[in-house]
Amino acid sequence: MSPELDVRYVANLARIDLSEAEIAQFQSQLGRVLAYVEQLNQVDVSHVEPTAHANEIDNVFRSDETKPGLEKRAALANAPHSANGLVMVTKVVE
Amino acid sequence: MEISDLSVTDLQARLRARELSPLDALDAIESRIAAVDPQVQAYLSRDLEAARSEAERADVTLPLGGVPIGIKDVINVTGQPCTAGSKMLESYRAPYDATVIAKLRAAGAIPFGRLNMDEFAMGSSTENSAFHPTRNPWDLTRIPGGSSGGSAAAVAAREAFAALGSDTGGSIRQPAALCGCVGLKPTYGRVSRYGLVAFASSLDQIGPLARTTRDCGLLLNAISGRDPMDSTSLDEPVGDCTALLGHDINGERRFRLGIPKEYFVDGMDPQVRAAVEAAIKHCESLGAELVEVSLPHTEFAVGVYYIIATAEASANLARFDGVRYGHRAEAPKDLLDHYKRTREEGFGGEVKRRIILGTYVLSSGYYDAYYLRAQKVRTLIRRDFTAAFEKVDALVCPTSPDLAFKLGERTDDPLRMYLADIFTIAANLAGICGVSVPCGFGSSETDGVRLPIGLQFLGKPFDEARLLQVAHAYEQSTGWHKASPPL
Repeated sequence: MSPELDVRYVANLARIDLSEAEIAQFQSQLGRVLAYVEQLNQVDVSHVEPTAHANEIDNVFRSDETKPGLEKRAALANAPHSANGLVMVTKVVE
Repeated sequence: MEISDLSVTDLQARLRARELSPLDALDAIESRIAAVDPQVQAYLSRDLEAARSEAERADVTLPLGGVPIGIKDVINVTGQPCTAGSKMLESYRAPYDATVIAKLRAAGAIPFGRLNMDEFAMGSSTENSAFHPTRNPWDLTRIPGGSSGGSAAAVAAREAFAALGSDTGGSIRQPAALCGCVGLKPTYGRVSRYGLVAFASSLDQIGPLARTTRDCGLLLNAISGRDPMDSTSLDEPVGDCTALLGHDINGERRFRLGIPKEYFVDGMDPQVRAAVEAAIKHCESLGAELVEVSLPHTEFAVGVYYIIATAEASANLARFDGVRYGHRAEAPKDLLDHYKRTREEGFGGEVKRRIILGTYVLSSGYYDAYYLRAQKVRTLIRRDFTAAFEKVDALVCPTSPDLAFKLGERTDDPLRMYLADIFTIAANLAGICGVSVPCGFGSSETDGVRLPIGLQFLGKPFDEARLLQVAHAYEQSTGWHKASPPL
């Protein structure tokens, strides 16, 4: 792995606009961070299983029962734009 | 002694003896905030009316009855702001209680005040708050640590009896060390995260900050336990993690304390090293048996962390799309523009930087080289701890390699800021519990101001009772925790 990070390309994947100044700054700062994490290449991981999180639990089940959730009004109270009991969104079809 | 100087334990004794009322306690905290918070700036908001009405009907016989507790602004409390330190959530009001809040209320506590933090808990100095930095109560020109800097500063400055924080890579323990209070990161799975704004879900834990180890134990007792709303919370017996406090570590079986040799590295502040080495000798004098242990993959912990934590953050923060809640850009020209400008305007620099890094290490062609490899090295780091805990009951080491630094000193150098977490990160990767307790003071080389130093104990998974036993024995026999800042 070598630092091939293209900040402009990745920012598009992450759906964030960045200014030209931010792109240049992140390119150099994250380049240094990636150079630092190169050290992980020194570790032999050929027979090691990955850890997704610290507790080894597999599936967690619960009974499939309906329970009261947020009231509609409470759920909509934080929406930046709502009308007629619905969240209004930016147009997605032409 | 002022009411605001009382520990939670002492406050409760006064409340139960009816020498004080819950309203007296709340008013004492509010007047202390009015006196010192204009300088410290630990709080983002407070709802005194709501807290007063809860105080009026508080049941002081409950385990935390009538005790006001400050809450890091990343945990949902019904009707209160929950900004996560971000412009993205500036106008958000929580529509429900996090499980830890419901549990605090059931124990009689009163959530009061929203405490400042690095944006989305990303940072080690609280300078990444979108609203204002918080100051270290010991020296107002210095940072309080982070990301739970508001929680630590408020507890240290006697403007909260205790507080909740969250710890993903040291965000409870490091600010507790730099501000001179006690901060406990519980075992992964001990405490439900339902209602915590998620940063890195395989690492995040909620925990207490307080003036004493016993107070931390009382809060942990109240918030622990399996919760069906967080499938990573485990059905381990909660027990009483204060049960062993006061039990001799020189009892029938001597307490075995491991010293991880990799945690005494070049480059740490010599004053930190001296204070921690003196503290370890002190533990030996109390009867602990010292054992040198090795955690051979320690040097890789920061690298592993900044891959895993940013990857998980990039996924968790994808929910901030400007649709259901949070900031939304004005007049977008299409959906893509809506997303991109909403996120540009809503997120601060450090959050954007970490989302970019996390998106990159998960992206096609780089996943195996970065993310998968980091998860494998994480396995090795966990195994290091498992092996060490076969020989010892707990580990002891510094919490932070440095004293509190000046505001602005490291903001231009993210890598240097990340390395400040070098002693705390591995506990999150391994999922074990850890606590920082005050162990003395250093003085700044420039102006000679006294700055607190933290001693970190790391314990086996779900062994908080023994972790607190040794931390309490150290604390009570030294008294460093009694020092309060010159405000």
